[in-house]
Amino acid sequence: MAEDTPLKPGRRGFLKGAAIGSIAAAAPAIGAAQEAPKPAAGSAARAGGGGAPRPAQPVSIGAESTARDEGATYTSCGGDYMTDVLRSLGVEYFAATPGNTFMGLHEAIVNYGMMTAPTLRSLTTMHEEASVAMCHGYAKIEGKPMACMFHTTVGTQHASMAIYNAYADRVPIFMMTGVALQAERRPGGVDWLHDATDGPAMVRDFTKWDDTPASLTHFGESAVRAYKFAMTPPYGPVLLAVDTQMQEDEIPGGAPKTPAVPKLPRIVPPAGEAGAVRELAGLLVKAEHPVIVADRVARTPNGLKLLVELAETLQAPVCDTFNRMNFPWRHTLNQSTRQAVHLQQADVVLGLEPGDPFGLANRRDKDGGVKRFLKPEAKVVTISSVELYPKGNYQDLQRYPSNVDIAMEADAEATLPFLIEEVKRQMGPKNQFEARGQACAGWHKTDLETNKRNAVFGWDDSPISMPRLSQELYEQIKGEDWSLVSDTNFQSRWPQKLWHADKHHQSIGGAGAAGIGYLTPAGLGAALANQKHGRLSISIVGDGDLMFGPGVLWTAAHEKIPILYIVHNNRGYHMEIMQMQVIANRRNRGIDRLGIACGIDNPNINYAMMAKSMGMYGEGPIENPKDLGPALKRAIAVVKKGEPALIDVVSQGR
Amino acid sequence: MKRLVVSLALAGLAVAAVAGSALAQGAAPQNDAPKGNAAHGKKIFADYGCWQCHGYQGQGSNAGPKLAPNPLPYDAIYRQLRKPRDRMPVYTRATTSDQDVADIYAYLQTQPKAKTVADIPALTSVQP
Repeated sequence: MAEDTPLKPGRRGFLKGAAIGSIAAAAPAIGAAQEAPKPAAGSAARAGGGGAPRPAQPVSIGAESTARDEGATYTSCGGDYMTDVLRSLGVEYFAATPGNTFMGLHEAIVNYGMMTAPTLRSLTTMHEEASVAMCHGYAKIEGKPMACMFHTTVGTQHASMAIYNAYADRVPIFMMTGVALQAERRPGGVDWLHDATDGPAMVRDFTKWDDTPASLTHFGESAVRAYKFAMTPPYGPVLLAVDTQMQEDEIPGGAPKTPAVPKLPRIVPPAGEAGAVRELAGLLVKAEHPVIVADRVARTPNGLKLLVELAETLQAPVCDTFNRMNFPWRHTLNQSTRQAVHLQQADVVLGLEPGDPFGLANRRDKDGGVKRFLKPEAKVVTISSVELYPKGNYQDLQRYPSNVDIAMEADAEATLPFLIEEVKRQMGPKNQFEARGQACAGWHKTDLETNKRNAVFGWDDSPISMPRLSQELYEQIKGEDWSLVSDTNFQSRWPQKLWHADKHHQSIGGAGAAGIGYLTPAGLGAALANQKHGRLSISIVGDGDLMFGPGVLWTAAHEKIPILYIVHNNRGYHMEIMQMQVIANRRNRGIDRLGIACGIDNPNINYAMMAKSMGMYGEGPIENPKDLGPALKRAIAVVKKGEPALIDVVSQGR
Repeated sequence: MKRLVVSLALAGLAVAAVAGSALAQGAAPQNDAPKGNAAHGKKIFADYGCWQCHGYQGQGSNAGPKLAPNPLPYDAIYRQLRKPRDRMPVYTRATTSDQDVADIYAYLQTQPKAKTVADIPALTSVQP
């Protein structure tokens, strides 16, 4: 260990102290009875001179153990310093399922961080995956990391899927694990099982950076560095493995010797190279049918404004993947519902932070066949920060996009101001694209009317249809400052088809890696971020997703985080039912037994009762669509009072 | 004469084989929209998983198009079941008999005319 963390009696293993103490009390006789053998003649000289190896010597139990001095007290500790470092970075929240490898920091946050300004609030979760996913949702609203912590072995193993989601979704998260680096100070048993010499290795393939600081000074520098890396596009989760004793021990030399908190610089994201921006602007200005495909573009509210400005300047259609709130849903240039048509006609395609650049030009069929749908002469340009930080193993980059003509390796949001300026400079004062914009406006209006007409089918049916659920909800929230903190893919994108949304916080997109169990905790993290802004947070969560971590509901109630969960209860792992249906029918076996594999019924789960059992408002199951509106109204009233609520809606598949 | 009879018989077998092949590949039976049992069709529409993508009433979703009310012609539905395009699962006679298909079609035909947008305030209030 480093100079500022000398060996000191630790505070961990409190419950085992008595047992270990008993062993230690009995042990000295053994240690005392074993006399160390005398070194052979001349051995000391050889050892000092690099000759023969130093001979092995028995070590007394007394020497190798570190008995705790339970009576010792101290007024400074590593945990307090770590708390101050986190606060200096603007970290507001810390989520954890408690564990003995990080009690030193956890206690400091509870008794120091939460009691002094600026407060760093500790939130209790019931699964490490929930801790990470809460950070995921929080970052998508607040645009900065929240912290979480878990054991270096069992905690990281639990958290790993949520970390992968965050990595694939390019979201910053500040993660820490507790690890007892000094083997001789591990009390034993569980403490050894909870330690690994390189715990972060487990998730290194899908974390942006990790470190294992060996001193408090090292912790401070690595924490600031980790934050900086997390917040440099492409954003990503970072991880520090923090020594348990370093958290617990007194700061060497006491409070006056507390290391300084390193300075975080203003982070400037990478913008596109000027020549490439100029060339792209030329292509866009000269294009007859440019198409903008927006994926994870709008990292911030300003990203949304910039994309609107670019689209309006060019009067170009924007097709949104809805992974971020990139573009207003009712803007006339929003052509997301007719992306395929636009791409087939495009002469220039601009992909902004595309998750699947290959898919900008090609469509895959169910058997793996690929068909290019772009015109042969169409140019494809991407602006993407993802390839600035490539990693192997995990295949989140999708197929190699040989269709791309210019790959601008840069952050799209940071590049947009320069691109807009250059487009305006090249196109001159005359608005030459008015006709294109008018055509888009006509298509948008047509699509909206079509969506309204399609929404009527199954309107009064039970199970309740997705457009009915969507519109009953919208009727209740459209006058509020609402935030939809869940994805809408499994609701057939009905909110995007019919709602007005033009604020960055109104939609946060999906999980990133499609890992189930994300929606419920991520929605809660987003609601936590929305809480201080007074926004109404809504999450439409699948029954399968909810059951991955129903303990999230307890966290919502315990922490008094206002959020409305609407359970899209189709009583199955619905996506998987559809996929297995294909396989079973190809084998001519029929699907009548697939409920065995994919159903969530027999018995049906009473989600309202489950919510109530955890101390939050619950209502349902609601099967009659006429009951839905009033139920939503009651639940929203609860949420507006500052508490969570849940409505169980028995729904169609999608 | 005997040779002619044999030739005709072989030709008949060939035609039958071609017809069988065509049926196997998804051609509809000759009797378009055969009589079906709508009640049984409703049951197997659920049991056979049609609702998963198309909704219990055939209203459609982002996983499968609208089927009802006003379903496509029977031939089109039949062909799509037997030799589907896009992501649709295949339904052969081994799992779904011709009578089953007729029953499902009868169920789709019984779906009532939907409300109009004007009937639904939550939709009329949606404006560009």
